Amino acid sequence: MGIEDLAESLGQNVLTTTLGKVIGWGRGNSVWPAQFGLACCAIEMIATATAGVDIARFGSEAMRASPRQADLMIVSGRVSQKMAPILRTVYDQMPEPKWVISMGACASTGGVFNNYALLQGVDKIVPVDVYIPGCPPRPEDLLNALMILQERIKAQGILPRQ
Amino acid sequence: MSSTESMAGTEGVTISRTGQQGAFGGELLTVNFGPHHPSTHGVLRLIVDLDGEQIKRLKPVIGYLHTGIEKQMEALRWQQGVVVTDRHDYLSPPINNLAYALAVERLMGVEAPPRAQALRVIMSELTRLSSHLVWLGTSGLELGAMSMLMYCFRERETILDMNEEISGFRMHTSYIRPGGVMADATPRFLDMLASFVKEMPGHVDEYEDLLTMNPIWRARTIGIGRLSPEDAKVLGASGPMIRGSGIAWDLRKTMPYSGYESYDFEVATSDACDCYGRYLVRIKEMREAVKILDQALQRLPDGPVNVDDRKMLPPPREELETSMEAVIHHFKLFTEGYSVPAGDVYVAVESGRGENGCYIVSDGTHKPRRVKFRSASFVNLQALERMALNHMIADMIAIIGTADTVLGDVDR
Repeated sequence: MGIEDLAESLGQNVLTTTLGKVIGWGRGNSVWPAQFGLACCAIEMIATATAGVDIARFGSEAMRASPRQADLMIVSGRVSQKMAPILRTVYDQMPEPKWVISMGACASTGGVFNNYALLQGVDKIVPVDVYIPGCPPRPEDLLNALMILQERIKAQGILPRQ
Repeated sequence: MSSTESMAGTEGVTISRTGQQGAFGGELLTVNFGPHHPSTHGVLRLIVDLDGEQIKRLKPVIGYLHTGIEKQMEALRWQQGVVVTDRHDYLSPPINNLAYALAVERLMGVEAPPRAQALRVIMSELTRLSSHLVWLGTSGLELGAMSMLMYCFRERETILDMNEEISGFRMHTSYIRPGGVMADATPRFLDMLASFVKEMPGHVDEYEDLLTMNPIWRARTIGIGRLSPEDAKVLGASGPMIRGSGIAWDLRKTMPYSGYESYDFEVATSDACDCYGRYLVRIKEMREAVKILDQALQRLPDGPVNVDDRKMLPPPREELETSMEAVIHHFKLFTEGYSVPAGDVYVAVESGRGENGCYIVSDGTHKPRRVKFRSASFVNLQALERMALNHMIADMIAIIGTADTVLGDVDR
């Protein structure tokens, strides 16, 4: 095959892109959440994984029991003072790059429980990427948050996190 | 214990050595389960002493979801407290509402009108169904029957749609309130309920087809987690835990409330005393719940859904435009609330998990002095060690599953 022929046939079969876009595309479409159920929101998180809503359409159905296999922590529910260090341990055990969705009013701000027992917002101990309002949010809200996160991951590429 | 505690990590499964000799010549190992573990139904932590794979001691550690709900209620007015009751046993919010509402009503000496009582029964039974569906789905998933989760959550969505239709909210409805219910049932809700009552028995058949004679399910549950009737009584178990041990104790029959005495239903029991028996009890309860729903729908009485007391519930919107008194009542209710006569009262209702009691102390002001919940999960959790002793560690998953503890209910 002559070089001109090669160039002609490659021209029809090769996509050119940047490394950042490919990695962003791959990461964004396979965000594996850690299975970290806390309270009421965890039930809606399970509902998001079932047939009716089907988070698998967005590549995130693989809920990992081990934080070491997970990219995303969905803090689904209220975080008590006793649970806070454990949550941080689990977060620390997740490999980079990692993201956090704070699901529901309790995880985001303490919700209706402004008292001694609850952490008033999980962003006091871990950095949060997307907050979801609601008590508990609908499964569709979780999907929406995931899609927002996917957009960000895709835009991020291979650059280290700001 | 001190060496165990210090070595037990805070996440997943951690193993530490006890130095004690086991029956098989090996050393007893202390294994820490949770609080972040996929099979403990939330944030339950268990410290287990193992001889080989046999459980020799089991100690639940709770409090990882302590929310301070009881203390929080002391800071809320009587009608605001309902919102918080939704969130302790988050799989059966309307039943929690009902326990609280009945307690407040008993102190105030009022009784909800008949239509409200029937709607309360409807919501309670729908909740019992959705709670059992979550239990069946997650327990099935843990023992390897993953399709159960998909089927059960399909029907649960139908129930949540009904919740949304009647109250505007999927899970935490705050629908049952002192004095009655939040709003009357819409015609669409009654249509949805009618078709649900027609379809649900077929779905329960589907679940039974998948599990009841399934050899894997039977091998994992029959003879596992035995709880004798005597132990069940001594440990204060209630709900499907005690009925699975052959004792027909159901508050809807033994201490009826909200007109349950007028419904025709059977108390599901099983003499198997094991995980399989508790499974059968819950399946039967789902069928009975559909029966109750059908009866409630057939003879739903007409009339108001709230007590006619302007000191307790806000006046209708129309009245506000014509009556000065109504405006005053409205203003008073939403600025200071109503007060409840001094005294204390305990009311218990049957939730999906057992006796869900509410103890209230009032000092005659517009906020409770003390609210205490007797939660079924907390008491049922005591029986865990008795059930798990001398079983394999893998069977513990089946046992925790059929105990059906909700950690929000345990820790409150």
